[in-house]
Amino acid sequence: MKGTPIRRAPLAPIERTSYDSGWRLQAFTPNALVIVSALLVLVIAASTAYAQIGGPAGRLGILDSISKWLPLILFGPPREFGGMVLNIAVSFLAMAIGTVMGAGLGLGLISTHTGIRSAAWGATQFFRNAPWLVLLFFVMLLTPFQVKIGGFTIPLPAWIKATAGLSLPVMANVAEILRGAVNSIPTGQWESAESLAFSRSQTLWRIILPQCVKRMAAPWMNLYAILTMSTPLISIVGVNDAMTLTQDALAAEQRTELLMPMYTLLLVLFFFYCYPIARWTLRIERTYSVKT
Amino acid sequence: MSADPKWTPDQPIVSIVDVHKSFGKVEVLKGVSLDVRKGEVVCIIGPSGSGKSTLLRCINALVSIDSGSIKVAGREVHDAALDKLALRRNVGMVFQQYNLFPHKTALENVMMAPMLVLKRQRTEVEEHARQLIKKVRLSGKEDAYPGELSGGQQQRVAIARSLAMNPGVMLFDEVTAALDPETVKEVLVTIRDLAEEGMTCMLVTHEMGFAREIGDHIYFTDHGVIVEHGAPETFFKDAQDSRTREFLSQIL
Repeated sequence: MKGTPIRRAPLAPIERTSYDSGWRLQAFTPNALVIVSALLVLVIAASTAYAQIGGPAGRLGILDSISKWLPLILFGPPREFGGMVLNIAVSFLAMAIGTVMGAGLGLGLISTHTGIRSAAWGATQFFRNAPWLVLLFFVMLLTPFQVKIGGFTIPLPAWIKATAGLSLPVMANVAEILRGAVNSIPTGQWESAESLAFSRSQTLWRIILPQCVKRMAAPWMNLYAILTMSTPLISIVGVNDAMTLTQDALAAEQRTELLMPMYTLLLVLFFFYCYPIARWTLRIERTYSVKT
Repeated sequence: MSADPKWTPDQPIVSIVDVHKSFGKVEVLKGVSLDVRKGEVVCIIGPSGSGKSTLLRCINALVSIDSGSIKVAGREVHDAALDKLALRRNVGMVFQQYNLFPHKTALENVMMAPMLVLKRQRTEVEEHARQLIKKVRLSGKEDAYPGELSGGQQQRVAIARSLAMNPGVMLFDEVTAALDPETVKEVLVTIRDLAEEGMTCMLVTHEMGFAREIGDHIYFTDHGVIVEHGAPETFFKDAQDSRTREFLSQIL
Protein backbone atom coordinates (compact mmCIF):
# COMPACT_ATOMS: atom_id res chain seq x y z
CA MET A 1 0.00 0.00 0.00
CA LYS A 2 1.24 3.42 -0.75
CA GLY A 3 -0.15 6.91 -0.40
CA THR A 4 -2.55 7.83 2.35
CA PRO A 5 -4.44 4.96 3.90
CA ILE A 6 -8.18 4.85 3.30
CA ARG A 7 -9.90 6.81 6.01
CA ARG A 8 -12.20 4.75 8.13
CA ALA A 9 -14.96 5.94 10.35
CA PRO A 10 -13.80 5.50 13.95
CA LEU A 11 -15.43 2.53 15.61
CA ALA A 12 -17.71 3.31 18.48
CA PRO A 13 -15.64 2.60 21.59
CA ILE A 14 -17.01 -0.19 23.71
CA GLU A 15 -16.71 1.11 27.20
CA ARG A 16 -18.84 1.55 30.23
CA THR A 17 -19.92 5.02 31.12
CA SER A 18 -18.64 6.42 34.39
CA TYR A 19 -22.21 6.47 35.65
CA ASP A 20 -22.44 2.77 35.00
CA SER A 21 -19.20 1.72 36.62
CA GLY A 22 -20.30 2.81 40.08
CA TRP A 23 -23.72 1.23 39.81
CA ARG A 24 -24.92 -0.88 42.68
CA LEU A 25 -28.29 -2.49 43.07
CA GLN A 26 -30.27 -0.25 45.35
CA ALA A 27 -33.80 -1.45 45.60
CA PHE A 28 -34.90 1.82 47.13
CA THR A 29 -33.17 5.06 46.58
CA PRO A 30 -33.51 7.34 49.62
CA ASN A 31 -35.43 9.88 47.52
CA ALA A 32 -38.19 7.52 46.50
CA LEU A 33 -38.49 6.17 50.03
CA VAL A 34 -38.84 9.67 51.47
CA ILE A 35 -41.39 10.76 48.89
CA VAL A 36 -43.65 7.75 49.31
CA SER A 37 -43.43 7.73 53.10
CA ALA A 38 -44.15 11.45 53.13
CA LEU A 39 -47.27 10.84 51.02
CA LEU A 40 -48.61 8.32 53.53
CA VAL A 41 -47.80 10.54 56.54
CA LEU A 42 -49.36 13.55 54.86
CA VAL A 43 -52.60 11.74 54.00
CA ILE A 44 -52.88 10.30 57.53
CA ALA A 45 -52.23 13.70 59.09
CA ALA A 46 -54.76 15.44 56.86
CA SER A 47 -57.39 12.77 57.49
CA THR A 48 -56.75 12.90 61.22
CA ALA A 49 -57.23 16.64 61.21
CA TYR A 50 -60.44 16.21 59.21
CA ALA A 51 -61.70 13.56 61.59
CA GLN A 52 -61.08 15.79 64.62
CA ILE A 53 -63.07 18.64 63.12
CA GLY A 54 -66.24 16.73 62.25
CA GLY A 55 -66.22 13.16 63.53
CA PRO A 56 -67.79 11.96 66.79
CA ALA A 57 -65.42 11.15 69.62
CA GLY A 58 -64.60 7.67 70.92
CA ARG A 59 -63.42 6.20 67.63
CA LEU A 60 -60.09 4.64 66.82
CA GLY A 61 -57.48 6.99 65.36
CA ILE A 62 -56.61 6.72 61.67
CA LEU A 63 -53.32 4.92 62.35
CA ASP A 64 -54.99 2.41 64.66
CA SER A 65 -57.66 1.72 62.05
CA ILE A 66 -55.04 1.15 59.39
CA SER A 67 -53.06 -1.23 61.54
CA LYS A 68 -56.27 -3.05 62.42
CA TRP A 69 -57.04 -3.75 58.75
CA LEU A 70 -53.48 -4.16 57.46
CA PRO A 71 -53.17 -7.92 58.19
CA LEU A 72 -56.45 -8.57 56.34
CA ILE A 73 -55.38 -6.51 53.32
CA LEU A 74 -51.98 -8.19 53.20
CA PHE A 75 -52.90 -11.82 53.91
CA GLY A 76 -56.68 -12.08 53.45
CA PRO A 77 -59.24 -13.46 55.89
CA PRO A 78 -57.96 -16.16 58.32
CA ARG A 79 -57.55 -19.57 56.65
CA GLU A 80 -58.52 -18.11 53.29
CA PHE A 81 -56.47 -17.27 50.25
CA GLY A 82 -56.64 -13.57 49.65
CA GLY A 83 -55.21 -10.10 50.08
CA MET A 84 -51.98 -8.78 48.64
CA VAL A 85 -50.55 -12.30 48.83
CA LEU A 86 -53.17 -13.36 46.30
CA ASN A 87 -52.36 -10.42 44.02
CA ILE A 88 -48.73 -11.50 44.00
CA ALA A 89 -49.60 -15.17 43.49
CA VAL A 90 -51.89 -14.27 40.59
CA SER A 91 -49.18 -12.07 39.07
CA PHE A 92 -46.59 -14.89 39.31
CA LEU A 93 -48.90 -17.47 37.83
CA ALA A 94 -50.28 -15.28 35.06
CA MET A 95 -46.73 -14.27 34.15
CA ALA A 96 -45.53 -17.89 34.09
CA ILE A 97 -48.46 -19.12 32.01
CA GLY A 98 -48.36 -16.05 29.76
CA THR A 99 -44.62 -16.42 29.19
CA VAL A 100 -44.80 -20.08 28.21
CA MET A 101 -47.75 -19.50 25.87
CA GLY A 102 -46.26 -16.23 24.61
CA ALA A 103 -42.95 -17.90 23.76
CA GLY A 104 -44.85 -20.40 21.61
CA LEU A 105 -46.90 -17.65 20.01
CA GLY A 106 -43.75 -15.58 19.41
CA LEU A 107 -42.10 -18.51 17.63
CA GLY A 108 -45.24 -18.67 15.50
CA LEU A 109 -44.78 -14.99 14.62
CA ILE A 110 -41.33 -15.69 13.16
CA SER A 111 -42.26 -18.98 11.51
CA THR A 112 -41.45 -19.44 7.82
CA HIS A 113 -44.82 -21.15 7.38
CA THR A 114 -47.27 -18.51 6.17
CA GLY A 115 -50.32 -20.15 7.76
CA ILE A 116 -48.73 -20.44 11.19
CA ARG A 117 -47.40 -16.90 10.96
CA SER A 118 -50.79 -15.43 10.05
CA ALA A 119 -52.59 -17.35 12.80
CA ALA A 120 -50.01 -16.24 15.37
CA TRP A 121 -50.22 -12.67 14.12
CA GLY A 122 -54.02 -12.69 14.44
CA ALA A 123 -53.96 -14.08 17.99
CA THR A 124 -51.25 -11.63 19.05
CA GLN A 125 -53.05 -8.61 17.67
CA PHE A 126 -56.37 -9.70 19.19
CA PHE A 127 -55.08 -10.21 22.71
CA ARG A 128 -52.70 -7.29 22.65
CA ASN A 129 -55.30 -4.76 21.63
CA ALA A 130 -58.16 -5.93 23.83
CA PRO A 131 -58.74 -4.18 27.18
CA TRP A 132 -57.50 -6.42 29.99
CA LEU A 133 -60.73 -6.03 31.94
CA VAL A 134 -62.83 -7.14 28.97
CA LEU A 135 -60.64 -10.21 28.52
CA LEU A 136 -61.05 -10.90 32.22
CA PHE A 137 -64.86 -10.82 31.93
CA PHE A 138 -64.76 -13.06 28.87
CA VAL A 139 -62.75 -15.72 30.64
CA MET A 140 -64.89 -15.48 33.80
CA LEU A 141 -68.07 -15.93 31.79
CA LEU A 142 -66.82 -18.53 29.32
CA THR A 143 -65.29 -20.94 31.81
CA PRO A 144 -67.46 -23.05 34.13
CA PHE A 145 -67.05 -22.88 37.91
CA GLN A 146 -65.98 -26.51 37.88
CA VAL A 147 -64.85 -29.13 35.38
CA LYS A 148 -65.67 -32.82 35.43
CA ILE A 149 -62.98 -35.16 34.18
CA GLY A 150 -64.16 -38.76 34.41
CA GLY A 151 -65.46 -39.19 37.94
CA PHE A 152 -63.54 -36.24 39.35
CA THR A 153 -64.95 -32.79 39.79
CA ILE A 154 -62.32 -30.10 39.82
CA PRO A 155 -63.56 -26.76 41.09
CA LEU A 156 -62.33 -23.68 39.29
CA PRO A 157 -62.20 -20.90 41.87
CA ALA A 158 -62.60 -17.35 40.62
CA TRP A 159 -58.97 -16.46 41.22
CA ILE A 160 -57.81 -19.29 38.92
CA LYS A 161 -60.11 -18.08 36.18
CA ALA A 162 -58.91 -14.51 36.74
CA THR A 163 -55.31 -15.70 36.44
CA ALA A 164 -56.12 -17.35 33.13
CA GLY A 165 -57.79 -14.13 31.98
CA LEU A 166 -54.74 -12.00 32.82
CA SER A 167 -52.34 -14.47 31.23
CA LEU A 168 -53.88 -13.84 27.80
CA PRO A 169 -52.68 -10.26 27.34
CA VAL A 170 -49.37 -11.28 28.94
CA MET A 171 -49.06 -14.01 26.32
CA ALA A 172 -49.60 -11.57 23.45
CA ASN A 173 -47.13 -9.07 24.88
CA VAL A 174 -44.47 -11.73 25.48
CA ALA A 175 -44.93 -12.88 21.88
CA GLU A 176 -44.28 -9.35 20.66
CA ILE A 177 -41.26 -8.98 22.94
CA LEU A 178 -39.82 -12.20 21.51
CA ARG A 179 -40.47 -11.15 17.93
CA GLY A 180 -38.92 -7.76 18.58
CA ALA A 181 -35.84 -9.32 20.17
CA VAL A 182 -35.36 -11.72 17.26
CA ASN A 183 -35.67 -8.84 14.80
CA SER A 184 -33.14 -6.80 16.76
CA ILE A 185 -30.39 -9.39 16.23
CA PRO A 186 -28.16 -8.14 13.39
CA THR A 187 -28.80 -9.95 10.08
CA GLY A 188 -25.09 -10.76 9.99
CA GLN A 189 -25.73 -13.37 12.69
CA TRP A 190 -28.20 -15.17 10.42
CA GLU A 191 -25.90 -14.81 7.42
CA SER A 192 -22.84 -16.16 9.14
CA ALA A 193 -24.77 -19.08 10.65
CA GLU A 194 -26.30 -19.86 7.25
CA SER A 195 -22.94 -19.69 5.53
CA LEU A 196 -21.65 -22.23 8.06
CA ALA A 197 -24.42 -24.56 6.84
CA PHE A 198 -26.57 -24.29 9.96
CA SER A 199 -30.19 -25.21 9.30
CA ARG A 200 -32.82 -22.61 10.11
CA SER A 201 -33.82 -24.29 13.35
CA GLN A 202 -30.19 -24.69 14.41
CA THR A 203 -29.60 -21.00 13.69
CA LEU A 204 -32.70 -20.02 15.63
CA TRP A 205 -32.13 -22.20 18.71
CA ARG A 206 -28.34 -22.10 18.95
CA ILE A 207 -27.50 -18.61 17.71
CA ILE A 208 -30.45 -16.24 17.67
CA LEU A 209 -32.64 -17.15 20.66
CA PRO A 210 -29.78 -17.41 23.19
CA GLN A 211 -28.88 -13.84 22.30
CA CYS A 212 -32.52 -12.79 22.68
CA VAL A 213 -32.79 -13.86 26.33
CA LYS A 214 -30.72 -10.91 27.55
CA ARG A 215 -32.51 -8.49 25.27
CA MET A 216 -35.89 -9.71 26.50
CA ALA A 217 -35.08 -9.50 30.22
CA ALA A 218 -35.81 -5.80 30.69
CA PRO A 219 -39.07 -5.56 28.69
CA TRP A 220 -40.21 -8.82 30.25
CA MET A 221 -39.74 -7.48 33.78
CA ASN A 222 -41.40 -4.26 32.78
CA LEU A 223 -44.38 -6.30 31.62
CA TYR A 224 -44.40 -8.12 34.95
CA ALA A 225 -44.57 -4.84 36.87
CA ILE A 226 -47.45 -3.67 34.66
CA LEU A 227 -49.23 -6.99 35.23
CA THR A 228 -48.83 -6.74 39.00
CA MET A 229 -50.20 -3.23 39.01
CA SER A 230 -53.16 -4.49 36.98
CA THR A 231 -54.06 -7.31 39.36
CA PRO A 232 -56.54 -5.11 41.34
CA LEU A 233 -58.71 -5.51 38.23
CA ILE A 234 -59.61 -8.98 39.48
CA SER A 235 -61.51 -7.39 42.38
CA ILE A 236 -64.19 -6.47 39.84
CA VAL A 237 -64.83 -10.13 39.08
CA GLY A 238 -65.22 -11.05 42.72
CA VAL A 239 -61.82 -12.22 43.90
CA ASN A 240 -60.71 -11.51 47.47
CA ASP A 241 -57.62 -9.55 46.48
CA ALA A 242 -56.13 -6.58 48.33
CA MET A 243 -58.42 -4.17 46.50
CA THR A 244 -61.61 -6.08 47.35
CA LEU A 245 -60.60 -6.39 50.98
CA THR A 246 -59.76 -2.69 51.24
CA GLN A 247 -63.22 -1.88 49.94
CA ASP A 248 -64.75 -4.40 52.36
CA ALA A 249 -62.91 -2.75 55.24
CA LEU A 250 -64.11 0.69 54.19
CA ALA A 251 -67.67 -0.60 53.89
CA ALA A 252 -67.47 -2.03 57.39
CA GLU A 253 -66.05 1.19 58.86
CA GLN A 254 -68.44 3.62 57.14
CA ARG A 255 -65.99 6.48 57.81
CA THR A 256 -65.25 8.93 55.02
CA GLU A 257 -62.04 10.10 56.67
CA LEU A 258 -60.62 6.59 56.21
CA LEU A 259 -61.07 6.57 52.41
CA MET A 260 -57.90 8.41 51.48
CA PRO A 261 -55.60 6.75 54.06
CA MET A 262 -56.76 3.25 53.13
CA TYR A 263 -56.36 3.74 49.40
CA THR A 264 -53.01 5.40 49.98
CA LEU A 265 -51.99 2.38 52.00
CA LEU A 266 -52.88 0.15 49.05
CA LEU A 267 -50.93 2.39 46.74
CA VAL A 268 -47.90 2.25 49.01
CA LEU A 269 -48.09 -1.56 49.28
CA PHE A 270 -48.02 -1.92 45.50
CA PHE A 271 -45.34 0.70 45.21
CA PHE A 272 -43.09 -1.15 47.67
CA TYR A 273 -43.48 -4.31 45.60
CA CYS A 274 -43.22 -2.86 42.09
CA TYR A 275 -40.65 -0.14 42.57
CA PRO A 276 -37.71 -2.47 43.32
CA ILE A 277 -38.66 -4.41 40.19
CA ALA A 278 -38.49 -1.21 38.16
CA ARG A 279 -35.07 -0.43 39.65
CA TRP A 280 -33.85 -3.91 38.94
CA THR A 281 -35.15 -3.69 35.35
CA LEU A 282 -33.24 -0.47 34.88
CA ARG A 283 -30.10 -2.14 36.14
CA ILE A 284 -30.52 -5.07 33.76
CA GLU A 285 -31.12 -2.65 30.90
CA ARG A 286 -27.89 -0.82 31.68
CA THR A 287 -25.84 -3.97 32.04
CA TYR A 288 -27.05 -5.52 28.81
CA SER A 289 -27.17 -2.43 26.67
CA VAL A 290 -23.45 -1.81 27.12
CA LYS A 291 -22.12 -5.25 26.29
CA THR A 292 -23.01 -7.60 23.38
CA MET B 1 -20.78 -31.24 -1.08
CA SER B 2 -19.49 -33.95 -3.30
CA ALA B 3 -18.38 -32.67 -6.67
CA ASP B 4 -20.40 -33.41 -9.76
CA PRO B 5 -19.20 -36.71 -11.31
CA LYS B 6 -18.37 -34.95 -14.58
CA TRP B 7 -16.29 -32.30 -12.81
CA THR B 8 -12.51 -32.75 -12.74
CA PRO B 9 -10.06 -30.64 -10.72
CA ASP B 10 -8.61 -29.07 -13.87
CA GLN B 11 -11.96 -27.41 -14.55
CA PRO B 12 -12.87 -24.18 -12.71
CA ILE B 13 -14.02 -24.90 -9.14
CA VAL B 14 -16.24 -21.81 -9.33
CA SER B 15 -17.76 -21.02 -12.70
CA ILE B 16 -20.00 -17.98 -13.08
CA VAL B 17 -21.73 -17.37 -16.39
CA ASP B 18 -23.80 -14.31 -17.31
CA VAL B 19 -25.32 -13.79 -13.87
CA HIS B 20 -28.06 -11.19 -13.49
CA LYS B 21 -29.51 -10.02 -10.19
CA SER B 22 -31.88 -7.20 -9.29
CA PHE B 23 -33.03 -5.93 -5.93
CA GLY B 24 -36.41 -4.41 -6.77
CA LYS B 25 -35.78 -2.01 -9.62
CA VAL B 26 -32.04 -1.82 -9.04
CA GLU B 27 -30.05 -4.20 -11.19
CA VAL B 28 -26.87 -4.91 -9.24
CA LEU B 29 -25.41 -7.64 -11.44
CA LYS B 30 -25.77 -7.18 -15.18
CA GLY B 31 -24.29 -10.27 -16.75
CA VAL B 32 -21.21 -11.20 -14.74
CA SER B 33 -18.99 -14.09 -15.81
CA LEU B 34 -15.82 -15.33 -14.20
CA ASP B 35 -13.96 -18.55 -13.46
CA VAL B 36 -11.87 -19.54 -10.48
CA ARG B 37 -9.56 -22.54 -10.67
CA LYS B 38 -8.59 -24.69 -7.75
CA GLY B 39 -5.84 -23.08 -5.67
CA GLU B 40 -6.30 -19.76 -7.38
CA VAL B 41 -6.65 -16.42 -5.54
CA VAL B 42 -9.05 -14.09 -7.26
CA CYS B 43 -9.48 -10.49 -6.13
CA ILE B 44 -12.53 -8.44 -7.03
CA ILE B 45 -12.11 -4.71 -6.76
CA GLY B 46 -14.31 -1.79 -7.67
CA PRO B 47 -16.24 1.15 -6.29
CA SER B 48 -18.88 0.72 -3.59
CA GLY B 49 -22.22 -0.44 -4.87
CA SER B 50 -20.77 -2.15 -7.92
CA GLY B 51 -22.20 -5.54 -6.91
CA LYS B 52 -19.04 -7.17 -5.55
CA SER B 53 -20.50 -8.33 -2.25
CA THR B 54 -23.72 -9.48 -3.90
CA LEU B 55 -21.71 -11.62 -6.30
CA LEU B 56 -19.95 -13.37 -3.41
CA ARG B 57 -23.27 -13.93 -1.63
CA CYS B 58 -24.67 -15.57 -4.75
CA ILE B 59 -21.88 -18.15 -4.73
CA ASN B 60 -23.00 -19.71 -1.44
CA ALA B 61 -26.68 -19.10 -2.18
CA LEU B 62 -27.20 -16.49 0.54
CA VAL B 63 -28.67 -14.47 -2.33
CA SER B 64 -30.59 -16.02 -5.23
CA ILE B 65 -29.87 -15.03 -8.82
CA ASP B 66 -32.38 -14.00 -11.48
CA SER B 67 -30.67 -15.61 -14.47
CA GLY B 68 -27.38 -17.11 -15.53
CA SER B 69 -25.47 -19.92 -13.91
CA ILE B 70 -23.14 -20.39 -10.96
CA LYS B 71 -21.44 -23.74 -10.59
CA VAL B 72 -19.31 -24.81 -7.65
CA ALA B 73 -17.34 -27.99 -8.32
CA GLY B 74 -19.58 -28.64 -11.29
CA ARG B 75 -22.86 -28.37 -9.44
CA GLU B 76 -25.40 -25.67 -10.24
CA VAL B 77 -25.83 -23.53 -7.10
CA HIS B 78 -29.23 -22.16 -7.99
CA ASP B 79 -30.82 -25.47 -8.85
CA ALA B 80 -33.87 -25.79 -6.58
CA ALA B 81 -32.97 -29.46 -6.01
CA LEU B 82 -29.48 -28.64 -4.75
CA ASP B 83 -28.86 -29.16 -1.05
CA LYS B 84 -27.89 -25.63 0.01
CA LEU B 85 -26.45 -26.85 3.29
CA ALA B 86 -24.18 -29.24 1.41
CA LEU B 87 -23.02 -26.38 -0.80
CA ARG B 88 -22.27 -24.18 2.20
CA ARG B 89 -20.24 -26.92 3.86
CA ASN B 90 -17.89 -26.58 0.89
CA VAL B 91 -17.86 -22.78 0.62
CA GLY B 92 -16.59 -20.79 3.61
CA MET B 93 -17.40 -17.12 3.97
CA VAL B 94 -15.88 -14.33 6.05
CA PHE B 95 -17.73 -11.05 6.44
CA GLN B 96 -16.82 -7.42 6.84
CA GLN B 97 -18.46 -7.24 10.28
CA TYR B 98 -16.91 -10.56 11.48
CA ASN B 99 -20.35 -11.75 12.70
CA LEU B 100 -18.91 -13.91 15.44
CA PHE B 101 -21.49 -15.35 17.80
CA PRO B 102 -21.17 -13.00 20.79
CA HIS B 103 -22.52 -15.48 23.35
CA LYS B 104 -19.84 -18.07 22.58
CA THR B 105 -16.10 -18.03 23.24
CA ALA B 106 -13.59 -17.96 20.41
CA LEU B 107 -13.06 -21.71 20.71
CA GLU B 108 -16.82 -22.41 20.80
CA ASN B 109 -17.32 -20.21 17.76
CA VAL B 110 -14.87 -22.37 15.85
CA MET B 111 -16.28 -25.65 17.21
CA MET B 112 -19.99 -25.04 16.73
CA ALA B 113 -20.41 -25.76 13.03
CA PRO B 114 -18.34 -28.97 12.88
CA MET B 115 -20.21 -30.31 15.91
CA LEU B 116 -23.74 -29.27 14.97
CA VAL B 117 -23.55 -29.51 11.20
CA LEU B 118 -20.99 -32.24 10.58
CA LYS B 119 -21.93 -34.09 13.82
CA ARG B 120 -18.30 -34.75 14.67
CA GLN B 121 -17.07 -35.84 18.09
CA ARG B 122 -16.25 -33.06 20.55
CA THR B 123 -12.69 -34.21 21.31
CA GLU B 124 -11.77 -34.44 17.64
CA VAL B 125 -13.38 -31.08 16.84
CA GLU B 126 -11.74 -29.37 19.79
CA GLU B 127 -8.29 -30.54 18.78
CA HIS B 128 -8.80 -29.24 15.25
CA ALA B 129 -10.25 -25.97 16.55
CA ARG B 130 -7.25 -25.37 18.80
CA GLN B 131 -4.94 -25.99 15.84
CA LEU B 132 -6.88 -23.49 13.75
CA ILE B 133 -6.75 -20.85 16.48
CA LYS B 134 -3.01 -21.40 16.65
CA LYS B 135 -2.83 -21.09 12.89
CA VAL B 136 -4.49 -17.66 12.96
CA ARG B 137 -2.02 -16.73 15.72
CA LEU B 138 -4.54 -16.44 18.54
CA SER B 139 -3.29 -19.11 20.94
CA GLY B 140 -4.25 -18.11 24.47
CA LYS B 141 -7.47 -16.39 23.31
CA GLU B 142 -9.51 -19.60 23.09
CA ASP B 143 -11.71 -18.72 26.04
CA ALA B 144 -12.14 -15.04 25.22
CA TYR B 145 -15.56 -13.81 24.14
CA PRO B 146 -15.77 -11.81 20.89
CA GLY B 147 -16.49 -8.63 22.87
CA GLU B 148 -13.11 -9.01 24.57
CA LEU B 149 -11.18 -9.24 21.30
CA SER B 150 -10.03 -6.48 18.96
CA GLY B 151 -11.53 -6.25 15.48
CA GLY B 152 -8.51 -7.90 13.90
CA GLN B 153 -8.59 -10.72 16.42
CA GLN B 154 -12.31 -11.24 15.90
CA GLN B 155 -11.82 -11.37 12.16
CA ARG B 156 -9.11 -14.02 12.55
CA VAL B 157 -11.43 -16.08 14.74
CA ALA B 158 -14.03 -15.73 11.97
CA ILE B 159 -11.50 -17.07 9.47
CA ALA B 160 -10.68 -20.00 11.76
CA ARG B 161 -14.41 -20.64 12.18
CA SER B 162 -14.86 -20.94 8.42
CA LEU B 163 -11.79 -23.11 8.03
CA ALA B 164 -13.13 -25.53 10.63
CA MET B 165 -15.57 -26.82 8.02
CA ASN B 166 -12.67 -27.71 5.67
CA PRO B 167 -14.16 -25.76 2.78
CA GLY B 168 -12.93 -26.10 -0.80
CA VAL B 169 -13.38 -22.39 -1.47
CA MET B 170 -13.13 -19.38 0.83
CA LEU B 171 -14.99 -16.13 0.17
CA PHE B 172 -13.73 -12.95 1.83
CA ASP B 173 -16.12 -10.01 1.74
CA GLU B 174 -14.19 -6.81 2.47
CA VAL B 175 -12.82 -8.44 5.56
CA THR B 176 -10.52 -5.58 6.50
CA ALA B 177 -12.88 -2.71 5.72
CA ALA B 178 -14.18 -2.37 9.28
CA LEU B 179 -10.80 -2.74 10.95
CA ASP B 180 -8.52 -0.19 12.51
CA PRO B 181 -5.54 0.43 10.22
CA GLU B 182 -3.08 -1.15 12.64
CA THR B 183 -4.96 -4.46 12.76
CA VAL B 184 -5.50 -4.78 9.01
CA LYS B 185 -2.10 -6.31 8.50
CA GLU B 186 -2.57 -9.21 10.92
CA VAL B 187 -5.70 -10.27 9.04
CA LEU B 188 -4.02 -9.93 5.64
CA VAL B 189 -1.09 -12.04 6.84
CA THR B 190 -3.54 -14.76 7.86
CA ILE B 191 -5.18 -14.71 4.44
CA ARG B 192 -1.81 -14.77 2.71
CA ASP B 193 -0.84 -17.86 4.71
CA LEU B 194 -3.99 -19.55 3.48
CA ALA B 195 -3.37 -18.55 -0.11
CA GLU B 196 0.17 -19.86 0.08
CA GLU B 197 -1.14 -23.20 1.32
CA GLY B 198 -3.17 -23.47 -1.84
CA MET B 199 -6.62 -22.56 -0.57
CA THR B 200 -8.91 -21.33 -3.33
CA CYS B 201 -9.85 -17.79 -2.35
CA MET B 202 -12.15 -15.11 -3.68
CA LEU B 203 -11.61 -11.72 -2.11
CA VAL B 204 -13.62 -8.55 -2.42
CA THR B 205 -11.16 -5.97 -1.18
CA HIS B 206 -10.09 -2.36 -1.16
CA GLU B 207 -6.52 -3.24 -0.20
CA MET B 208 -4.91 -2.77 -3.62
CA GLY B 209 -1.39 -3.50 -2.44
CA PHE B 210 -2.56 -6.76 -0.98
CA ALA B 211 -4.56 -7.72 -4.09
CA ARG B 212 -1.48 -7.08 -6.19
CA GLU B 213 0.70 -9.15 -3.87
CA ILE B 214 -1.40 -12.29 -3.48
CA GLY B 215 -3.92 -12.19 -6.34
CA ASP B 216 -3.51 -14.54 -9.28
CA HIS B 217 -6.19 -12.67 -11.13
CA ILE B 218 -7.81 -9.27 -10.57
CA TYR B 219 -11.35 -8.39 -11.63
CA PHE B 220 -12.55 -4.80 -11.70
CA THR B 221 -16.32 -4.34 -11.43
CA ASP B 222 -18.35 -1.21 -11.91
CA HIS B 223 -22.12 -0.82 -12.05
CA GLY B 224 -22.76 -4.55 -12.08
CA VAL B 225 -20.42 -5.54 -14.88
CA ILE B 226 -16.83 -6.72 -15.02
CA VAL B 227 -15.07 -3.88 -16.76
CA GLU B 228 -11.65 -5.40 -16.96
CA HIS B 229 -9.63 -8.28 -15.62
CA GLY B 230 -6.14 -9.64 -15.82
CA ALA B 231 -3.06 -10.79 -13.97
CA PRO B 232 -1.99 -8.26 -11.32
CA GLU B 233 1.23 -7.21 -13.10
CA THR B 234 -0.56 -6.13 -16.24
CA PHE B 235 -3.78 -5.02 -14.52
CA PHE B 236 -2.16 -2.51 -12.20
CA LYS B 237 0.48 -1.30 -14.66
CA ASP B 238 -1.46 -0.75 -17.83
CA ALA B 239 -5.18 -0.87 -17.33
CA GLN B 240 -7.00 -0.40 -20.62
CA ASP B 241 -10.40 0.92 -19.61
CA SER B 242 -10.74 4.55 -18.56
CA ARG B 243 -13.01 3.64 -15.63
CA THR B 244 -10.38 1.26 -14.27
CA ARG B 245 -7.66 3.86 -14.64
CA GLU B 246 -9.77 6.47 -12.90
CA PHE B 247 -10.56 4.12 -10.02
CA LEU B 248 -6.95 3.07 -9.60
CA SER B 249 -5.72 6.67 -9.69
CA GLN B 250 -8.14 7.56 -6.90
CA ILE B 251 -7.29 4.67 -4.63
CA LEU B 252 -3.55 4.13 -5.16
